[in-house]
Amino acid sequence: MRRLSQEKIVKTTTDIESLRSEIRDKSVRVIDVRREEDYKKNHIPSAINLPLANLLSDDSPERVVKLVNSMGIDDETSVVVYDDTFGALASRVAWTLEFIGHTDVSLLETTFSTWKSLGLENDNKVPEIQSREHSLKLKPEILATAGYLESAKEKEGVILVDNRERLNFLEQHIPGAISLPYRTLATQDKILRPKEDMRRLLDNRGISRDSEIITYCGSVGTLSGLAYYALKSVGLPNAKLYVRSFKEWKSLSKPTEKQEDANYWDLSAE
Amino acid sequence: MIVLTPKIMQSRPKSRKGKINWARSQEPDYFANMVKLYRQGKYDADSFRRFRLQHGAYGTRLADDYAMVRVKFPAGEVYPHQLEKLSQLSEQFSIGSAHFSTRENIQLHWVVLEDVSEIFRGLAEVGLTSREACGNSVRNVMCSPLSGVCPNEEFDSTPYALATARFFLRNPMAQNLPRKFKFNFTCCEKHGMVRMVDVGLIPQIRQQDGSAQKGFKIFLGGGLGNRSFVGHQLEEFTPEEDLLYTSIAVVRIFDRLGDRKNLARNRMRYLVNDMGWEKFQNLVLKERAIVRATQSVVTKLNVDDTPNKILRPVKISDESISSISDGYFRWLKGNAFKQKQKDYYSVFITLEAGDITSNQLHMLSELTQDFSSEGVARCGFTQNIALRYVHEDDLPRLYSELLKSGLAKSGSLTMSAPIGCSGTTSCNLALTNSHRLAKEIQRKFLELRLDEDDDLRESSIKISGCPNSCGQHGIATIGFFGGGARLEKDMYPNYMMQLGGRSDGETMLGISSIRVPAKRVISVILKIIELFKQNKKPEDDLKSWIHRVANGIDDSEIKSIEDIKKVLTPLTTPPLKTEDSDFYSDYGSDTSYHTKTGKGECAA
Repeated sequence: MRRLSQEKIVKTTTDIESLRSEIRDKSVRVIDVRREEDYKKNHIPSAINLPLANLLSDDSPERVVKLVNSMGIDDETSVVVYDDTFGALASRVAWTLEFIGHTDVSLLETTFSTWKSLGLENDNKVPEIQSREHSLKLKPEILATAGYLESAKEKEGVILVDNRERLNFLEQHIPGAISLPYRTLATQDKILRPKEDMRRLLDNRGISRDSEIITYCGSVGTLSGLAYYALKSVGLPNAKLYVRSFKEWKSLSKPTEKQEDANYWDLSAE
Repeated sequence: MIVLTPKIMQSRPKSRKGKINWARSQEPDYFANMVKLYRQGKYDADSFRRFRLQHGAYGTRLADDYAMVRVKFPAGEVYPHQLEKLSQLSEQFSIGSAHFSTRENIQLHWVVLEDVSEIFRGLAEVGLTSREACGNSVRNVMCSPLSGVCPNEEFDSTPYALATARFFLRNPMAQNLPRKFKFNFTCCEKHGMVRMVDVGLIPQIRQQDGSAQKGFKIFLGGGLGNRSFVGHQLEEFTPEEDLLYTSIAVVRIFDRLGDRKNLARNRMRYLVNDMGWEKFQNLVLKERAIVRATQSVVTKLNVDDTPNKILRPVKISDESISSISDGYFRWLKGNAFKQKQKDYYSVFITLEAGDITSNQLHMLSELTQDFSSEGVARCGFTQNIALRYVHEDDLPRLYSELLKSGLAKSGSLTMSAPIGCSGTTSCNLALTNSHRLAKEIQRKFLELRLDEDDDLRESSIKISGCPNSCGQHGIATIGFFGGGARLEKDMYPNYMMQLGGRSDGETMLGISSIRVPAKRVISVILKIIELFKQNKKPEDDLKSWIHRVANGIDDSEIKSIEDIKKVLTPLTTPPLKTEDSDFYSDYGSDTSYHTKTGKGECAA
């Protein structure tokens, strides 16, 4: 019972039907994180556009609060984010909202392409937004920095998860990391596996409720953002995103590891 | 350029399903649990390895935490929904691509050991298994990709291959053999592959008392490996009702008498060789009589020979092809095989050393549904896959679809599609990157348009990364196996070249000729082709010419292997490292070559 009630609190994804009804009720703020030109062509009705690149140009908490205010989001607003990149870009935006202290944010369970292929409503109207005031209550416990990572990864019970593709992992990764490619987290039509599948997959990998899990990927925390939500979806309480990821790690000349003595790239049929 | 009028949209026919479910739904959980016990130290490494292999997961080159999952396609059959599932699994758990083996398996490499059970789960959803794809068991039962469509065959052996696979899979009698055990069914002598395997079978019809009786020519005790042997024919004709009894008899003899101690000599071919063929033959015939007398009546092959429904999936009579490219005819020549059934072709898809991307697997699934009138794809003998029963009128459109998915390379049925085992890309035993070398040769051959040369068509190039013969170098017209060599202190990748091998009615093993450095292999092959062109007789092709040379009976300037060696020796002399440092690194690597191997798992 305890587990069930916890899962209810951490809503990770919003299913299609719920979102449609929330849109009809005007009880949700929908964020489309695709590029502006794609958004302008068509989007889910009432969605506003926040291209990921725009957010990343300056994702300091102060600026994020301003952005959030301008999108008409206050502490109580229910937010659903979507993209067309298997949920990875949406995850990065959602995580950023969480980081500044927003509690009610979730991912659309599918991508915009799938939404459209199901013949669901979309338009190109840009909604008028009334600015609101959001507070800033940072949640540092969901962020991992390079320094934190370096000290934490030696600790018992800390699991470092690399969400890049397997070949990239073999080529180079942070010492001690395990490989869980982002593709492993999804199904054909949903950005995340069903809970039971996800739980079994993570359980096989020895990732449990007792672990502190730090996810990272190539550069800006998108693929690993999706992994952060994958962990959250099954109620794992202690997940952190190393948001600056492997790009920063390498630029800081921190140690890396490689799978030696195997020409694995030559197996790839590209 | 092919221009097609827009096709009439028809909904894709539903994937046909195989008649046999090879999976057991409880095996994924069981495997996951064993991995946990092993990780917790509650299951010792040796026992776990045996268990893992029995379930079709190999270890990976110098990396304990990764496995290679080998999925069996019994008789080579793979259905569209199975291809689609494999596409997903390779993307989710492997490296975004998969690899067709020479024995009608598909392999997913660099899989995290803890994810193997998830792959099993996916396989079980579509009726596939990797069970007994490795380990000391009856490995995938092969069947010629042309069985059922080959103009030379007497009848289709596919149902017998399927029934044999079904009988031995998970059968207690075949769970702990001295070593792996392989069955190959084929269509005819020409398409071969029956004399280099433990049990090889060619379908035959005998007229008796005015009626036609089905049966087989059975060959025993062949095999490729560190030491290779050619199989022996058991008897003139083995009637179909004796097929199972003969198979059981042979497996039982091997189980009882095979060498369980000496790992290097425990395949059945060594037993046959040590004992002498006549003695072994008598033993099999006697054992078969015992099996026949003592088996219960319910022990029989479950042969389902109801023919597959042939239904052309999409009618294209309303399409017009306004022009056809040069590339199409080149592709047609090198990839399409005219079936005995009027108007139908078997189309072989050219892969690079068996590799295929997740996306291409997905496309292949759709193309099988859209173009194969039997609704199933068949693995080939050479790390490739075929769509059969493609209507002649549909060939241009299939070609244009293959072009879109990067699967329209020419030369699948020619010498320009070499076999290369996985080599140092993933195998513990490999000494060289045979896999990449095969790709490099293919690229060169296609660039030189050698796939169009009729004189080369029947020849083959096969490469193994070590003396064990996963790359089947022993039956290649030009075969190679890898090793390391040294000039003073510097090591370089090197291959032993064997010439004249073949696997048809005149099966022989290639004769070792000369060691060729990896970076000289391509120029040596081209030199051999040049020598052939200079010395051939009008009716010769490369295969027949090399056959004579390998047997020392040619009467041209090049009479024997020794003569070839003389010409090639200058090409194989190593330069100093200071003159040519590239020579000292293997394909796919920019660092200096060194040999490094782990423990082989074949014998585990």
